[in-house]
Amino acid sequence: MSKPKVNSSFKPPSGYNEMFFGASNGVGILPTVNSGFRTFHPEFDYERCIKCMFCWIYCPEGCIDKTGKELTIDMDYCKGCGICAHECPRKCIAMVKDGGLDE
Amino acid sequence: MAINYKSLDDIELLYGAKTCQGCGAIMAARMTMKILGEKTCLATPACCFAATTTVYPQSAIFVNNAVTAFPGLAATISGMAVAKEALGWDEDITILGIAGDGGTIDIGLQGLSGAAERNDDIIYLCYDNEAYMNTGVQRSASTPYKTRTTTTPVGMCSMGEKNEIRKSLFEIMVAHRIPYAATASTSYPKDFMEKVAKAKAIKGCKVLHIMAPCPTGWGYDPALTVEIGKMAVELGLWYLAEYEDGKLKLNFIPKEFKPVDGYLKAQKRYSHLSEKDYAEITEIRDNEWVRLRKMFGLD
Amino acid sequence: MSEKAFISANEAAAHGVRLAKPHVVSAYPITPQTTLVEKLADFLAEGKADYKYMMVESEHSAMASALGASMMGARAFTASSSQGLLYMCEMLSYVSGARHPIVMVDANRSTATPWNIYGDHRDALSMRDSGWIMLFVENGQEALDTVIQAYRIAEDPEVMTPVMVNLDGFTLTHTYDMVDIPNQSTVDEYLPGFTTTNKFDLKDPKTLCQTVGPDYHAECRYLQQKAFEAAKQKIEEADREYGSIVGRHYNGMVEEYRCDDADVVLVTMGSVTGTARVVADLLRQNGKKAGLIKIRSYRPFPKEYFAGIKDRFKAIGVVDRSISFGFEGTVFSEVKSCLYGSNTKLANYIVGLGGRDVTKTVISEMYLKLFDLMQGKNGGEEIQFLGMRWE
Repeated sequence: MSKPKVNSSFKPPSGYNEMFFGASNGVGILPTVNSGFRTFHPEFDYERCIKCMFCWIYCPEGCIDKTGKELTIDMDYCKGCGICAHECPRKCIAMVKDGGLDE
Repeated sequence: MAINYKSLDDIELLYGAKTCQGCGAIMAARMTMKILGEKTCLATPACCFAATTTVYPQSAIFVNNAVTAFPGLAATISGMAVAKEALGWDEDITILGIAGDGGTIDIGLQGLSGAAERNDDIIYLCYDNEAYMNTGVQRSASTPYKTRTTTTPVGMCSMGEKNEIRKSLFEIMVAHRIPYAATASTSYPKDFMEKVAKAKAIKGCKVLHIMAPCPTGWGYDPALTVEIGKMAVELGLWYLAEYEDGKLKLNFIPKEFKPVDGYLKAQKRYSHLSEKDYAEITEIRDNEWVRLRKMFGLD
Repeated sequence: MSEKAFISANEAAAHGVRLAKPHVVSAYPITPQTTLVEKLADFLAEGKADYKYMMVESEHSAMASALGASMMGARAFTASSSQGLLYMCEMLSYVSGARHPIVMVDANRSTATPWNIYGDHRDALSMRDSGWIMLFVENGQEALDTVIQAYRIAEDPEVMTPVMVNLDGFTLTHTYDMVDIPNQSTVDEYLPGFTTTNKFDLKDPKTLCQTVGPDYHAECRYLQQKAFEAAKQKIEEADREYGSIVGRHYNGMVEEYRCDDADVVLVTMGSVTGTARVVADLLRQNGKKAGLIKIRSYRPFPKEYFAGIKDRFKAIGVVDRSISFGFEGTVFSEVKSCLYGSNTKLANYIVGLGGRDVTKTVISEMYLKLFDLMQGKNGGEEIQFLGMRWE
């Protein structure tokens, strides 16, 4: 997975000597996941997928990973908007209700 | 530059933002960063993009970035561009500003006009969701006619936005004769990303105005963001164009404009409209295209 | 070798800016600051400087572009006055909270309405809570020297707070005086190049000017206050060192003039100080024990100094070139609060509003009222408008 991870090692400052300077911060710090946004999540039918990458470019979150043999989804940051399923020209993405997924 | 999705970078420079499901703004910003890459310093004023990416301790932006005052984006990135030169930073670094329609065409217009006149070396991306979405869907100068927003509500005495004419950021920038201006849509990613690549290669003030549909503010199922955006272009309610080397060019002219009601019926912000309104909006659209065709030298 | 020149305080301040070698100057004209930014443009045209000169389209953009430049790690400068200062006031707070060490000159001028281009302190004092260090200068020489010192103070790692150098509009900005202009190598010895980690860096990317909610906001403000506490010493040090390298100093935050055995003193800020010195001298020649306290650093306020003079003088008059409507002169309020519990008689003299000249006559009147107060006679009300047309 090439996607950024939730920053589980992020520790808030515990004193003035650990406070950020001014109004600054580092970049790319994700203290929480976005999976709580969704009710449905996408599931691929890899038999039908032709790797046109429409889902990959249209995903607002950028949580579809194209580095592997098949396209995979970062379930920490998928919000379940359904754009990928709607735009797939081969209709090979189904939006399946969450539940039974480990948080 | 031909855009090939498979060869675009896997690295996400915007990730984990707390935007709504199906947000057009973050979609536009992500496509932009795919082309500009990590050698980018970006600034953003008060807008959805800032409020969803940069609230301590979160930073959903993976390059140097700053939040700036609402009217001040263009001046801030101008200062960044000038300092970049003064300090001898690599020419290859892009100074990028990302703002919404309110922060650009209303309160930010003076600053942008100044930056355009000075021709500072910046890329200014305005994502247009047709209202002040961050503060709860109030109308902006970019809100289309008869749209319901919280400051143009619908009632016995009001049918929503009164103004038939939307302030045209594109035409204003053309009047400034900047090196490059373009309109785009998140539903046409190749067209948009080619425009970003073109802007990156030009020195001077480049302004990109992208339509970014907003499920929350417009009232539609988040899965339809790309479809709604496509409809807007196909119906002639948004055009894809460029201004380059002093010449205007329309990138896409639909052979015929479909009726507007499909687009309007799909969004709750237009639920108060009836056939009479669709006809009126169609006529306004058609008249606008007579003017646009002249402007682009098609007639 | 330094050179002497017969120049206005605006031009002197411009020399100070040139010698401080900023990377970016954002210029938008407003009376009475205009000749300052014009001089900065002249330097460029004559090849005497190489800063980038941004011709912004408003004061708000002047400060926003200075912020942008500072975020990239550049030393930035801008200048404004009155309406322009108020127009950029949102950006003042932006810059100070994010701790960017920008230096600006404010040519003090009244704020409309009524529309007035002449000098008083209404503009700067209305910005006293903006989080900027505020220094007030007495003359052109001090303007030049203080602009250079301002960068030294602002960029100190324990301070990292922007500095506003205040020059009285027209009284200083447009009057001429002999000014000693140090040479570049002397100033380079005093003021090193600007280095900071509070900036963008491709190898160490940052988020700057971020949003901070109720969970950490108060701590940010606490640290700003701490920086102002540290600034008190840094202002003293910067001034002392300037004295030893360049040869002139201004006593840091506060200067006493003939106060050692004074019975009554006036507290002044800005160009009025110069006139008051002359009057104090005249009174002394006539055997009257008059003294003068000059506030140079208004923010941070010299609280410790004023608490220390609690019962030293019999009467203190504070000169204010503005009034906080519904209450009293701002500087008076602050001096009075430091003297809480003191038996010293206090008076507030509101003068010089909208550019009305503060004459030796008016200042003598102040001293005479203070002597009356000292003797238990009627010195007038606590707050008095002086130099007025009618009673």
